[in-house]
Amino acid sequence: MQLFDALFYVFALITVVSAFIVVFSKNMVYAAFSLLFTFFGVAGLYVLLNADFLAVTQILIYVGGILVLLLFGVMLTNRVINVEVKTGTIHAIPALVIVAIVAGTFAGLFYSTWKGVTAPATHITTTTKPLGEMLMTGYLLPFEIASVVLLVALMGAALTARRTRKSGEK
Amino acid sequence: MQPTTDFFGEFLAWLPNVQLAHFLIVSAILFSLGIYGVLTRKNAILVLMGIELVLNAANINLIAFSRYGGVNLDGQAAAIFVIILAAAEAAVALAIILNIYHRFQTVNVDEVSTMKE
Repeated sequence: MQLFDALFYVFALITVVSAFIVVFSKNMVYAAFSLLFTFFGVAGLYVLLNADFLAVTQILIYVGGILVLLLFGVMLTNRVINVEVKTGTIHAIPALVIVAIVAGTFAGLFYSTWKGVTAPATHITTTTKPLGEMLMTGYLLPFEIASVVLLVALMGAALTARRTRKSGEK
Repeated sequence: MQPTTDFFGEFLAWLPNVQLAHFLIVSAILFSLGIYGVLTRKNAILVLMGIELVLNAANINLIAFSRYGGVNLDGQAAAIFVIILAAAEAAVALAIILNIYHRFQTVNVDEVSTMKE
């Protein structure tokens, strides 16, 4: 077993175990913090897949942005009397059956279709510069649309979450 | 039965030798866990966390195929847009959830079943 394989199993284990905690933990704060480890594990998998820029982006945006936002949501929508912030589940048994079928189908399909595929010998070593060139040439239109989407989402979120309204409105 | 033992022997030999399918199976597990979270959680914020898991699973798939499918970065460019849309979606969804909380004093999705109070 090479170092690459061992590292893959370390990151895959971190990702899957902490994702289990995210989904099955009764305590919302524990779920939010184990989501942190899921994102770090996924970033590690990105590094193994030669996606260095995306690994750093994953940590910056998911851990630095989305996770903090989710934690704010947890704290703002619960009356925190003690540290325990519990939540319940619904339809657990039917969901478990459906998800087991879906997971089995996907895993079987992936294994049987792509089990022999190995990495090509040549690969791109640094991705930041080629990705930047791609965003400015072939992906220019999606890139600009994404910037508009971000602006609209920012303004919409700020407008929607604003608590005080003007006196004329309800 | 001969084919079954063949299958397991092949599987065990395949397991320590990490290839494309290993990454795909991790992403399948992550996707299923995310779907389970979306289906079963009562709290809307935990439903959002499930959606984030699903998006991460999709990203792993895109990047794995970008690495193993040939020498190009198109999959990684698509993954960048997934991350951008995930950020926008999380911001808007949390704004909506905060509004729901101010109106209904709860964010449990099974209790918020009316358009007005």
